[in-house]
Amino acid sequence: MTAQTTAEGGYYGRPVLKEPVWKPEVAVYFWLGGLAGISAVLGFAARLSGNDRLARSAWFTAFAALLPCPPLLIVDLGRPERFYNMLRVLKPTSPMSMGTWVLTAFGGVTAAAAAGELLGGIFATLGRVAEGAAALLGLPLATYTAVLLADTSVPVWHHARHHLPFVFAGSATASAGAAGAILTPSQHSRPARLAAIFGALLELGAAFAMERRLGPDARHYHEGAAARPAQAARALTGAGAALMTLGGRRPVAMAAGVLLLAGSLAERFAVLRAGPSSARATADGGTVRG
Amino acid sequence: MAVSSGPPPYPGEVLVQPVAGDEVGFFTDSSICIGCKACEVACKQWNNVPVDDIRYLNSSYDNTGELSANSWRHVSFFEQKRDGGVAWLMNSDVCKHCKHAACLDVCPTGAIFRTEFDTVVVQADVCNGCGYCIPACPFGVLTRREGVVDQPAETHVAQKCTMCYDRLKGGDEPACAQACPTKSIQFGPLPALRERAQRRLDVLHQEGVDSARLYLADQSDNEIGGAGAFFLLLDEPAKYRYPERPITPTKRLGGMWLAAAAAAAVALAGVGAAAASGRR
Repeated sequence: MTAQTTAEGGYYGRPVLKEPVWKPEVAVYFWLGGLAGISAVLGFAARLSGNDRLARSAWFTAFAALLPCPPLLIVDLGRPERFYNMLRVLKPTSPMSMGTWVLTAFGGVTAAAAAGELLGGIFATLGRVAEGAAALLGLPLATYTAVLLADTSVPVWHHARHHLPFVFAGSATASAGAAGAILTPSQHSRPARLAAIFGALLELGAAFAMERRLGPDARHYHEGAAARPAQAARALTGAGAALMTLGGRRPVAMAAGVLLLAGSLAERFAVLRAGPSSARATADGGTVRG
Repeated sequence: MAVSSGPPPYPGEVLVQPVAGDEVGFFTDSSICIGCKACEVACKQWNNVPVDDIRYLNSSYDNTGELSANSWRHVSFFEQKRDGGVAWLMNSDVCKHCKHAACLDVCPTGAIFRTEFDTVVVQADVCNGCGYCIPACPFGVLTRREGVVDQPAETHVAQKCTMCYDRLKGGDEPACAQACPTKSIQFGPLPALRERAQRRLDVLHQEGVDSARLYLADQSDNEIGGAGAFFLLLDEPAKYRYPERPITPTKRLGGMWLAAAAAAAVALAGVGAAAASGRR
């Protein structure tokens, strides 16, 4: 029997690249890390502007979103019991290594900030200092995950390397604003609502620009496993942002916030799931380009 | 090297004594590969690589499929109907041991390292199976070793060709090169191997094999900065499951961090402006 050969070149249709093996926990982590990171920025900005009520919500969100992050990352490992090997090196060439250290440091200062918020007294003073550090670390925490994906040979990620960070930063800002709008009485939540709308527009605009940049590779956001979360992200984020403009009343803000949080999560699922589809589509070696 | 004048004449016995600091590698000449798979077997035997991924694939004599944690050498059989018969393109694939290796760059534990022979090796006892090297590799070489219970210490971690690191340290050539009966797989100092490959290419072109070409022999047609394993092919790279122009994604990391910094700055500006406007 003569085996089949692919007409368009390639070797029996086998992909050049191997598929990424990251599980859904990683998408949830991307979402929570972004939520925690930009919530810290929002909390710090709210504190500076004298909006202590919003700051309280934001720091609560940052801390609560942070807590599940390390376990989510550890269970995704092939050998979870060796997770601490991440902490034996600090490696600038590895976004995952840098992210590990950012997350570790962010966890420490965010815990201190949350303790200051809850306990008061001497802890409040320490907490204020920690808040500045947490806000500073929150920015890379919300965006390094985009670099992590872009720094691979997977076309749909690597060719979007200059857009993915904006998608993730927008998505994270939308989610942090949404959480602030949900947890804060409406007379104090206006900055959160504005941030949520801003983040949603940034996410949608960056995602649109990313697909234009990707050209034919953008099909992995329209077919296959990423199609539904990508559609959901556009719909939920768009609807959430529109509703948030009417968010002067708290129930409306809460509904909009839920939509935006869900849209942000869907966005991370879409991006993560596009990777394996794109890797599978490299049977013709020509698709792996610089 | 103990051999002062480079590798012995082609073809013939390879007798090299690599020492630390030598830049060594493989030259795989697919024009004399007979598809015997002695390299696959020798590799599995020497390195105790499991055989659990051999299954019927309906792709000529290739039931190995592709390189993976459990296949460190892979003999491809590209089968073409020609004049009523069948023509084979056979080639023994292996990790390219890139001079600029994406897998090594992204590894967050330091499990993947560059040896004193300029090869790239995964330390199975350090790897925690994060999976980052798998999509980073532009050749799709790496996977995690799954479902093997007789070597529990090495399951769920990334594995690939080590260029027989233990044999190199002992002064031997890799098992695949030693087992290859036609010297299609040749091991030695890379500069000498490149010269030899060029001579072989010239001979083939003189004999009218116009389709013969070198793949990864120099740095001009790729981003990986040169390879520790290069090939003489008889058709376009895609027919061997190779990317035409392999990339090193990690070479562009600086630009990615700049984009991330810009994105973070935009987010900061947006949140800051929102907080300031909410003050009123």
